[in-house]
Amino acid sequence: MSQRLPIILFALVMAAIPFIPGMPPFWIVLLDNIGLSALVAMGLVLLTGVGGLTSFGQAAFCGFGAYTTAVLTTTYGVSPWLALPMSLLVSGLAAVLLGLVTVRLSGHYLPLGTIAWGLGLFYLFSKLEFLGRNDGISAIPPLSIGSFKMIDPAAIYFAIWIAVLISALLTMNLLDSRTGRAIRALRRGHIAAEAFGVQTPRAKLLVFIYAAVLAGLSGWLYAHFQRAANPTPFGAQSGIEYLFIAVVGGAGYVWGGVLGAAIVVILKEILQSYLPYIFGGQGQLETIVFGILLVGLLQLAPTGVWPWLMSRLPQRASRRRIDPALTLPARPRATPASGVLLQIEHARKQFGGVIAVNDVSFDVQAREIVALIGPNGAGKSTTFNLITGVLTSTGGTITALGRKINNTPPQEVTKLGIARTFQHVKLVPDMTVLENVAIGAHLRGHCGALSSMFRLDRADEAGLLAEAARQIERVGLTDQIDALAGSLSLGQQRIVEIARALCVDPMLLLLDEPAAGLRHMEKQRLAALLRTLRDGGMSVLLVEHDMGFVMDLADRIVVLDFGTKIAEGTPAAIKTNPDVIRAYLGAAS
Amino acid sequence: MCEGERPVLNTTIMLFLLQDGITNGAIYALLGLALVLVFAVTRVILIPQGEFVTYGALTYASLSSGQMPGTARLALALGIVAFGLDLFAGRRALHVRLVARAFALNVLLPAAILALTAWFAGHHPPVGVSIALSLLIVAAIGLFLYRIAFQPLAHTSVLVLLIASVGCHLALQGFGLVFFGAEGQRGPTISDAAFTMGPLRFTGQSLCVYAITIAFIVGLWLFFGFTLYGKALRATAVNRLGARLVGIRTTLSGQIAFLLASVIGAASGILIVPITTLYYDTGFLIGLKGFIAAIIGGLVSYPLTAVAALVVGTVEAFSSFYASNFKEVIVFTLILPVLVLRSLAAPAVEEEKD
Repeated sequence: MSQRLPIILFALVMAAIPFIPGMPPFWIVLLDNIGLSALVAMGLVLLTGVGGLTSFGQAAFCGFGAYTTAVLTTTYGVSPWLALPMSLLVSGLAAVLLGLVTVRLSGHYLPLGTIAWGLGLFYLFSKLEFLGRNDGISAIPPLSIGSFKMIDPAAIYFAIWIAVLISALLTMNLLDSRTGRAIRALRRGHIAAEAFGVQTPRAKLLVFIYAAVLAGLSGWLYAHFQRAANPTPFGAQSGIEYLFIAVVGGAGYVWGGVLGAAIVVILKEILQSYLPYIFGGQGQLETIVFGILLVGLLQLAPTGVWPWLMSRLPQRASRRRIDPALTLPARPRATPASGVLLQIEHARKQFGGVIAVNDVSFDVQAREIVALIGPNGAGKSTTFNLITGVLTSTGGTITALGRKINNTPPQEVTKLGIARTFQHVKLVPDMTVLENVAIGAHLRGHCGALSSMFRLDRADEAGLLAEAARQIERVGLTDQIDALAGSLSLGQQRIVEIARALCVDPMLLLLDEPAAGLRHMEKQRLAALLRTLRDGGMSVLLVEHDMGFVMDLADRIVVLDFGTKIAEGTPAAIKTNPDVIRAYLGAAS
Repeated sequence: MCEGERPVLNTTIMLFLLQDGITNGAIYALLGLALVLVFAVTRVILIPQGEFVTYGALTYASLSSGQMPGTARLALALGIVAFGLDLFAGRRALHVRLVARAFALNVLLPAAILALTAWFAGHHPPVGVSIALSLLIVAAIGLFLYRIAFQPLAHTSVLVLLIASVGCHLALQGFGLVFFGAEGQRGPTISDAAFTMGPLRFTGQSLCVYAITIAFIVGLWLFFGFTLYGKALRATAVNRLGARLVGIRTTLSGQIAFLLASVIGAASGILIVPITTLYYDTGFLIGLKGFIAAIIGGLVSYPLTAVAALVVGTVEAFSSFYASNFKEVIVFTLILPVLVLRSLAAPAVEEEKD
């Protein structure tokens, strides 16, 4: 694959560097440090840049990795290689514990929480007797293979950079998979992802653990590189620095982590050696420059150096090859016992004193297009949210195929074959149309994080992508399949949402204002598509303001006003219903 | 607290610890209030609050011992940068009045403060003058910090603001080391009065701490709850665009918030530097403890923050008695259950980031 070529080249160059004659050993040490930081930063890329979970506490996980191997190899004489899995395990377990507490935090509470436990753990490291308190643990044995001891910085160089390269490959594989798409959707809020069956808390915990294990690996290498471990490098300052590295390099990009590490480590070295000459002051001058650079960078280039660099290079649009012959097995579907697919009885939703949905009852039959209309604020989208489990209802029952689904989580609702689109488009703008649509097929794949890291998911993945491509073709967006979702017009984005919902292989499609922002021809094409879907056995419940569109398309119309159902019937009957006319036009006085 | 032999907890010690905790807690309350204030108005989680504490304290201590504090020069330097930014931002419509006003605020003011400081530093100023100068210097730094670092980012997410905030903390802490050195300092007490009540001894200094804390809490509560300007500041926090549309100058709101926060921070520093030795990096830890209080208050409630701060102070005092080694560990892990409760209590709001 052409994408592999730059990586192989990079690996070859890195492998050749120590053999360059006259290479100053000091530079090798610098490269070692870059590799160690890059590992942590890579975890942060996944956690913060991709997953949207900011952590200032990654240094603490390095500490877990380093101290685990330090204690095992010095006190218990365990071989460093045997200590490696233990180091990773301890960092991972610590991440599970902290993650269970922290990951649920919303918004800015999360980074604050990480600062807090980052500091707490730092003090813990420096106070515990068996970790040597502030002095730490010294005389850690070097890594060795047979009689070859990696004491020289040029020897452990290979261990560090092999770890970096393998981690980078695994991380990129992970991102380019079913689990990866779920992770990439996290940053844009959880509602859309959950509507397609993604267990967002689990996905968050997964990236949290992944980042911690990478940090633990870096800590393990660090301990055997320095052959000592003390609390200082695992404090809050380092935690901040790792985040800085990720932001500088480009927090959304795996190689941004490596580039950021190179920039920051080299810059720090230069600043540390030259600033005192310029200002003649005491140490830590580099932190001043760091702080100022960080603020300046956020103002000028918040996405970091890597994307800037990439945009300078000639771009070859890499088009994914999709085998159209692959099909996913159709979802097992319960045949509706009666003609009723969805039954809503006295559904009620109260927000404080406001009754958004007031005792609304209606049903959707098999092979039927039902339109839910009403003036703004009538409770249409709230009804959708009650059906799909985004909101819990205050009263009433909602049944799908005879199963009560009020207050069922969205992930379960979609398993019943109910798929939806959103009034305010919820796509991941920096993912392609294909990848966005493939999120819809999330529940129809089964490969997890580990198998995708080692590329064991390719058959599964090809099926998912083929299904996504087929649905994109069905809605007529094949030309845009590799475009970034954010680059499409709003109308097209709505159509992408429909394709994503179709990937669920639904029985019931809930469309929230699908025709808004579409041109006349596009509306006609959409209406034709929906009719085809109905004739193929699907039911559609849609909210729409375009009356011409609704009246032509719907078999039945339900009218809401101020949360109450005021009419129900065929389009012809609704057009002449006096209550409906009053709600829309007001009463003549 | 000496280690090894563990003293038994009796009523006297308990009262003493309680008093100690409340004095510390009052300082955390002040800082917590400032953090709530800044967050409510600008959405900035003000990590450099701790540096305002250090700067206030050490500027006061330096002035009192007749040294010239470097912070005064920093204020002027920041002012010049801010002036440059003002000129750049207004480059399409540079009126003489605009330039003159920006010059007066950003350059002349800190230059005047610098001149005053330089003159007084050589003449062993009285306590009152040192306090006033320290407050002025740190207030100017706070104001310019907002102009330089946060005003250009005002429209971005809480997260970007938080990272920028960490950047400011790093830079200011680095400057702190340059200005004040690695040695700790203490300042002269504001009041030497003291009286004894039962087993407890109240110093004038701790009474000052209580009085000023209460004054700030009441003042902020009145300001935000009952004045038009206070409400305008709150409106800025909820919706910047909306606030601008109804005629609130959001930039001014941010400046006022930072001004208040830096004055509160510096005041807390000046209050504690006679009680404990402060180092250039002590402020960060003190500030973070104020954070714990602010977070317990949900970054919105002033009274709750004040109460939480007292709890943090007391927990700290008692854990330094029972497990002095793990004092910081205990205080910082205190935040975790609180955060969990907070996020469980918060409604699941869809956040549109970026």
